[in-house]
Amino acid sequence: MLSNKDKIFTNLYGEESFELKMAYVRGDWDNTKALMQKGSSWIIDEIKNSQLRGRGGAGFPTGLKWSFMPKDSEKSNYLVVNADESEPGTCKDRDMIRNDPHKLIEGCLLASFAMGAHKCYIYIRGEYFNESVVLEKAVAEAYAAGLIGKNACESGWDLDIYIHRGAGAYICGEETALLESLEGKKGQPRLKPPFPANKGLYGSPTTVNNVETIAVVPTILRRGANWFSSFGREKNTGTKVFCISGHVNNPCNVEEEMSIPLKELIDKHAGGVIGGWDNLKAIIPGGSSVPMIPKSVCDDVLMDFDSLVAAKSGLGTAAVIVMDQSTDLVKAIARIARFYKHESCGQCTPCREGTGWMWRILEKIAIGNSSSAEIDKLLDVTKQIEGHTICALGDAAAWPIQGLFRHFRDEIEENLKKGNYVA
Amino acid sequence: MKKIKVDNKEIEVDDHLTIMQACEEAGKEIPRFCYHDKLSIAGNCRMCLVEVEGAPKPVASCAMPINEGMSIRTNTEKVKKAREGVMEFLLINHPLDCPVCDQGGECDLQDQTIAYGAGHSRFNENKRSVKEKHMGPLIKTYMTRCIHCTRCIRFAEEVAGVNEIGAVNRGENMEISTYLEKTIDSELSANVIDLCPVGALTSKPYQFEARPWELKKTETIDVMDAVGSNIRVDTYGWKVKRVLPRLNEDINEEWISDKTRYACDGLLTQRLDEPYIRIENKLTTSSWSHALTKVTDLLNEYKADEIAFLTGDLCDLETLYLFKKLADQLKINNIECRQEGCNIPFTNQTQYSFNTKIANIEKSDCLIIVGSNVRQEAPIINARIRKHKITSNLPIAVVGENLDLTYDFTHLGDDLNVLSSILDGSHEFSKKLEAANNPMIIIGNSILNRDDSISIFSIIEQLIHKFKFFHESWNGFNVLQIAAARTGALNLGLFKQGNSLEKIYQSIEQNKIKLIISLGADELEFPRINKAKVIYIGTHGDRGANTADIILPSAAYTEKDGLYVNTEGRLQHAYKATFPPGNAKEDWKIINELSNMLSFDWGIIDLPNLRERLKSEHAELFEFDNNKINKYERLLANKAPTADFKNSNIEYLIKDFYLTNAIARNSKTMAECSLARNEAKD
Repeated sequence: MLSNKDKIFTNLYGEESFELKMAYVRGDWDNTKALMQKGSSWIIDEIKNSQLRGRGGAGFPTGLKWSFMPKDSEKSNYLVVNADESEPGTCKDRDMIRNDPHKLIEGCLLASFAMGAHKCYIYIRGEYFNESVVLEKAVAEAYAAGLIGKNACESGWDLDIYIHRGAGAYICGEETALLESLEGKKGQPRLKPPFPANKGLYGSPTTVNNVETIAVVPTILRRGANWFSSFGREKNTGTKVFCISGHVNNPCNVEEEMSIPLKELIDKHAGGVIGGWDNLKAIIPGGSSVPMIPKSVCDDVLMDFDSLVAAKSGLGTAAVIVMDQSTDLVKAIARIARFYKHESCGQCTPCREGTGWMWRILEKIAIGNSSSAEIDKLLDVTKQIEGHTICALGDAAAWPIQGLFRHFRDEIEENLKKGNYVA
Repeated sequence: MKKIKVDNKEIEVDDHLTIMQACEEAGKEIPRFCYHDKLSIAGNCRMCLVEVEGAPKPVASCAMPINEGMSIRTNTEKVKKAREGVMEFLLINHPLDCPVCDQGGECDLQDQTIAYGAGHSRFNENKRSVKEKHMGPLIKTYMTRCIHCTRCIRFAEEVAGVNEIGAVNRGENMEISTYLEKTIDSELSANVIDLCPVGALTSKPYQFEARPWELKKTETIDVMDAVGSNIRVDTYGWKVKRVLPRLNEDINEEWISDKTRYACDGLLTQRLDEPYIRIENKLTTSSWSHALTKVTDLLNEYKADEIAFLTGDLCDLETLYLFKKLADQLKINNIECRQEGCNIPFTNQTQYSFNTKIANIEKSDCLIIVGSNVRQEAPIINARIRKHKITSNLPIAVVGENLDLTYDFTHLGDDLNVLSSILDGSHEFSKKLEAANNPMIIIGNSILNRDDSISIFSIIEQLIHKFKFFHESWNGFNVLQIAAARTGALNLGLFKQGNSLEKIYQSIEQNKIKLIISLGADELEFPRINKAKVIYIGTHGDRGANTADIILPSAAYTEKDGLYVNTEGRLQHAYKATFPPGNAKEDWKIINELSNMLSFDWGIIDLPNLRERLKSEHAELFEFDNNKINKYERLLANKAPTADFKNSNIEYLIKDFYLTNAIARNSKTMAECSLARNEAKD
C-alpha cells in the first residue's frame, strides 16, 4: 500500500484549499526555475527514465511522445492538455483539477518548456463547469504570481495557458477530435498520419496529454525518475489514481501504486464488494470501453497495463466498475452500447452504422427476445467494427460486448433457452 | 521513386503517392466511396481498406502515404472481410429502392454491392429514414439513401467556395444538410449530383426521365460560356435529356456550371422549326425556297453599304467562316461579331484571348482582375482561381465592384484611375506585381465597350509592359470572353477596324443601313435596329426572332458538328448529338444555299469539304488543344491619351447568370434558378 509520503496528489480529497498559498505549502512551484534550468532534454530524459505511461487510456510512453516534437520547426509548438474526461466511470481528472490544479499548471509549464511550446491549451469537459472555474482561478493566480506568462518563474521562458470548455461530446476526448473542436470545427477525429506531433493544432506540432500525465510531471522531476519507477512493475511504474465505483461499500478515487492487485485495491480502499468478495460477478477495470473480467480473473489480476492486457482487458483510465451478482450484465452492456451509439461522431461507416445495430441487438437479448445465432451475428458485427474505424471509438464500442460474451455467453444462452431471461 | 510491393508484385512509384494511387498503378482497383481525385481526403467510408505488412490493423489506402519497401495486400481474406463488413454497414440503412431511384444503373453503391455485398440482409431492425432537404431547383434530395461520404460537403467548401452544405448531428443521426434549407448559392452547385456516389442527391429536372442505359451519349463541347467545357450530351430519341461533364484537366477538370448542365431543356421549347416571313406584321410559315428567294431578293435590292452582317454568341466556326466569305463576296463592310459593343481595334489574337491558359492559372503568383465578374462570366475559371488561391495564397486584386468571388481578394475600388497609380508605383499593389514572376491580369469585356475603352486598354498595356507579364514561358495578359463564338469570330475577322456596333446602330438610326442579316444575334439593343429590315438565322423564338422580318431556322449546338474556339484560343470539336427540329437546317448549309442562290460558286458540298477550305485559309487555327504560350504583340502603336476615367463605375455585362443566351432564356430550369436566386437576394 502506498504510504502517504509517496502520494503525489496530497490534496485529492480537497481537505485543503486548492489556492496557490496552500499549493506552496504542498510543495508545488518549489523552485520550478531550477528544474527548468536543467534543460529540456534533461526533463524529457527524466520522464523517459521514470517510464511514465500516458494516463488517458492508451498508455503510450510519455517521454517518447514528447521526444517526437520537432525542436526547430518553423511553426510554434503547442501543448494541449486533455481534460475532456468523459469515459464512464472515470472521475480522477475532475478531482485533480478541483482540488490540486496547481500541480497541473506547473506540469503544463514544465512540459511546454520541455517541448518548446509557448502556448498551452487546456480543453476541459463542458460539464465540468465548477472545475473550469477553479482552474481559471488557479491560472489567474499563477499569472499574478509570475509563475506563468512572460518570463515564467523567472526562467526566461514565456508560457500562456488558455482554458477551453468543451460542449459535451465524448468524442472530443479523442486527441485529434479535440484539436478539431479546439479549432472551432465539428469534433471529428482526423486521419492519422499525419500525427499531431507533426501536424496538430492549426497545423503545428502538438502534443496532447491527459491531465494526470501532466500533473505528475513536477513531482517526478523533483523526486527523481528512480523514485517514480520504484513503484509498480517494469514498464508499469509509478503511482496511479484509481476510480472505484459500482457495487462497493465505499466508492472512491484513490492514489495507489501501479500493479496493485485488484482485490487488494477494492478491499483496502473501497470497503470491499457489497455482500463480500464472493458476491462479485464481474469488473470492468478501466472505464466503460475495456472488456469486463469475471470474478475468477479478478481474484488475482494486477492493476497495470500489461497484466490487464494479458487478461484480455485493459487498464484504460483505471476506472474500476464493480458489478455484483445482482447485476444484469446484458442490460449493463446494452447501456454502455447505447452510450457509444449516442457518442459516435458519425464520420466513418463502421462506427456510425454499427454502434446502433449492436445496441439494438443487445436490447433484444436483454429482454430475452433473441437466440444463439443472434449472438454470433452480434459478435461478427463487433469484429466488423473493431480496427476498421478512424479512431478508437469503434473499438471502444465493440470491446465491452466482446468481453461480455467471452465470459458469460454460456450463461446468457442458457437463460435465453429458458425463455425467462434474468442474468 | 519508391519501391513497394503490391500483392507480391514489385513496382516503383512516385514518392508522394497514396497507397490507393500506388495500387492503381499496379493495376489493382481499390473500391471507394468517399475518395475523389479532386477533393480533399476524408477517409471516412472505410471501403478502401487494405492490408499492409507490419500494420496491426487494415489501413485506409486513400489516406495513407506509401513508404519505401511497403508491402501491400489487396486481395487477402482479411481485406475481403473488412470490405464486406463496411459494405454491409452501408447497406443496412440504405433503402432497397433501386427500381425507383434515378441513380440506378450508374450507382457506385450498386456496382460495389455486386462485388462485396452479401446476398441477404442480417439486419432485422427498422431502417433509418431521413427527411428530405431543400437544396434548390436543381438538386433533388432523398437523404435516406445518403451514405455520408461527405463528397458534397467537401465540394461545396473546397471547389465551389460556399460553406452551405454540412453535416448536422452525430452518429447514426448525422444528416447532410444545407442548414437553412435554402438554394445553394453557387454556379457550380449541381456538380454535387455527379459526385454523390448514391441516389441521395439526384438531378431534379431529370428526375424519372430516363435510365442511363437507354440514353445515347455524345461527347461534345459546351457553348454556354466561352470556356468550352467538355461535356457529354445524353439523348433519348430526339430530346436532349441531360448534360454531364467530361474530364479535361486543361479546361474544366471534372466540373461544369449549372447553366452548362441545365440550360439544355431550353433546346426543347420555343424552337424555330420552319422558315417564317413577316406578312402584314405577322410572321407566317413559309417554304425554304420561298424564304431564301426573299432573302436573295433583299440582298440584291440593297447596296453593300446599306447592309449589316451581325453574328451572335453561339455560332460555330464553319458558319462564321462562310458568313464572312459571303460578306466579303458582297463587299459588305458592316460586319460585327461583338454584340456587347467592344470597340477595340484588335490586330492580334493575343489581344482578346485568355493567353495564360486556364490550367496555367495554377502557376501564377499574382493576379489582378479588371472589370470582370469572373464568377458569373466563367464559373469554371473562377473555380480554378479559387483552387490556386486556397492552395498557394495567391495575391488577388480586383478593380470593379466588390463582389463575392468565393475567395478573398484586395478590393482596389471601382475607380479605374487606380490603374494609373499602380502604373506609377504609388499604389501598394505595385509592390506585389513587382515581386511576381508570373503575374496575370484578367480583363473583362465589361470595360471594353466603353467610350474610353481605348484609353483603358492603353493604360493596361503600359502596365503589362512595366511588370513581368511576358517572358519566355509566360503570357499573363488575358481578356475573358463571355461568348462561345467570340474568339473564333474575332480570329476570322468578323469585325472591321474602326467600326463598332455603336456606329452600326447610329447608321441604322440615320437610315444609312437598311438591312441586317443576323446570325443568331440575340443580345443586341433591339429598339435601336427597328428601322432596318432584319433577316434572322437562329434557333429560338427569342429576342432576335421577335423583331425579324424573315426567319431561317437553324440548328443548336447539340444538333450539328462544329468547331469552337474557346476564350483561350483553343479549337475544339463539337459533335452532333441529335437533329435540328422540323425543317430547321444546319447553319452552314443555310449560308451555303444562300450563296449558291446568289450564284457564288464556292464548290462547298459538305462539312469536311468546308473544313478543308477553312483550314487552308486559316491554318493557324487548326492546332487542336494547343497549350503553347501565345506571343504578345503591341496593340496600340502609340500611347493613347491618358483619360481621366470619370464616372467610371464598371457596369457588368452579365445581369443574370442564368439567362445569358437564347437557349438559357427558354429553359424552364434556368428560369427557376434565376427566380430562386433573386428570391434569395430579396
